[in-house]
Amino acid sequence: MSDHDYRPKSKVGQWFNDRLPLLTLANHLTDYPTPKNLNYWWTFGGILTFCLITQIVTGLTLAMHYIAHADMAFESVEHIMRDVNYGWLIRYIHANGASMFFLAVYIHIFRSLFYGSYKAPREIIWIIGIIIYLLMMAAAFMGYVLPWGQMSFWGATVITNLFSAIPLVGEGIVTWLWGGYSVDNPTLTRFFTLHYLIPFLILGLVVLHIWALHVPGNNNPVGIDIKKPSKDTVPFHPYIVIKDGFALLMFMIVFAFFVFYAPNILGHADNYIEANPMVTPAHIVPEWYLLPFYAILRSVPDKLLGVVAMLSAILILAVLPWLDTSKIRSAVFRPLYKQFYWILVADVLILGYVGAMPAEGLYLLIARVATAYYFLHFLVILPVLGFKEKTLPVPLSITEPVLGGLPNLAAARNKESKIE
Amino acid sequence: MSEKKTKRRDFLFTATTALGAVGAAAVVWPMIDQMNPDASVKALASTEVDVSSLTPGNTLTVLWRGKPVFIRRRTQEEIDEARKVKMEDLIHPEKDEDRAKNPEWLVMLGVCTHLGCVPLNDKGDYNGWFCPCHGSHYDTSGRIRKGPAPWNMEVPKYEFVDANTIKIG
Repeated sequence: MSDHDYRPKSKVGQWFNDRLPLLTLANHLTDYPTPKNLNYWWTFGGILTFCLITQIVTGLTLAMHYIAHADMAFESVEHIMRDVNYGWLIRYIHANGASMFFLAVYIHIFRSLFYGSYKAPREIIWIIGIIIYLLMMAAAFMGYVLPWGQMSFWGATVITNLFSAIPLVGEGIVTWLWGGYSVDNPTLTRFFTLHYLIPFLILGLVVLHIWALHVPGNNNPVGIDIKKPSKDTVPFHPYIVIKDGFALLMFMIVFAFFVFYAPNILGHADNYIEANPMVTPAHIVPEWYLLPFYAILRSVPDKLLGVVAMLSAILILAVLPWLDTSKIRSAVFRPLYKQFYWILVADVLILGYVGAMPAEGLYLLIARVATAYYFLHFLVILPVLGFKEKTLPVPLSITEPVLGGLPNLAAARNKESKIE
Repeated sequence: MSEKKTKRRDFLFTATTALGAVGAAAVVWPMIDQMNPDASVKALASTEVDVSSLTPGNTLTVLWRGKPVFIRRRTQEEIDEARKVKMEDLIHPEKDEDRAKNPEWLVMLGVCTHLGCVPLNDKGDYNGWFCPCHGSHYDTSGRIRKGPAPWNMEVPKYEFVDANTIKIG
């Protein structure tokens, strides 16, 4: 890349940069050539960075007032809500921030699925992304335990009990996770520690995620490899910075709506009741962003196989670059994949819906069909589609279809020759 | 001569790596084991319960090791129902005679063996317990009959200290 030749203008800058090339890095980030056709679905990377920083800042301030002890945690959260200056605001931002974080990450993931961003040479970016997503789920789950309400306690009980499905060592692992014979104070204190640690692990992985991204550069809606820098690219600053900034402002409006007008709508009323190991709430439901996987867990009548199915549903994403056999990245040029893509979106939304409903009767039947389809999509449809599908002609550059006015290569070429 | 030298190097390399691995394991184990139940948790291993107020057909729920324990004083119908069940109809075959030595008293952990919720009393298709979380049905002996739970509710170690007192653990 040309930015390796970068040399600061000032003497001081040169002196510093020769010793620690931070200015070279800054220059790389501002000049970074970006495809000029990136649409708003590409702004969620920046939005996610904002979400992570928001969670870390609000989390640090909450930790100054929270007490990680089974006898005091619930009260200390109420203390934050009622007594601490702006405590209610910071907590509502943190709690709804988790939901906003997942909203953004789901859009980010489904953007990758639509435009084939996970395909070669971007597999490592994708896999790091999946690890980040797993860590996000772990952090969200443990964070939800900290207020020590009824949903906290029973959610922790149900999720940690998933490990008891492991043959032979399962019970031992659960006791080890709990630090006792049930979810109790030792569980709470270790969850607090890990909840504090994970965001910084995610931060480190985000750096790797972006580093890996900057090697091949961004994918784009057309899904073709482009020359960098060229007439197909624009510098990251100011073009993408402004676009990301605008999208972030729109996102923050949605965020603020939840924080100020519906701060509890995504939570459960049961979590305002202090944890009670003697009484299970009538209906235990995880947070909305985990519902599709919860539906998969419940759709399998066997305990061990249910857990295996749920984990596989997530881990199958890590091998997606090898399951999708199509050479064409963007769904724009894959007429069949595009339809299956939207069926998958609907399937996941249906799973989310039935995950929130009682696991019986028609709901259970729907959950089973949707679970089967989810795996069918990744294990059968995607591998076969790569061989069977008739794809549309892909343009040679981003500029070509824009100048030609048609996404079709032959038509674009004809036009171009006419202009000449 | 050079061959001999290589062998010596190989030995040193293997020995150093092996010793390093043992050393690392010795340091890692305390870090892992500190998460297991500590001495103060283990010290609360038994509890004594006064059951004199319990009349037939009622259940007392007490906390033992942070988990609810159901103490059920069963009616004659419940005992008969539990004892006449055929072994082949059970998901996790256990005789009621083995679960409740004294047939009138059923003592078991009130924890669903699926994912650890507390089942509800006098509910479900088998007149025993029903877990509201994922729909497991237990009979009057606390045995799993229907639903995702793999095992019967666990009977802990317990004994009658005297006619009215049960010691759990």
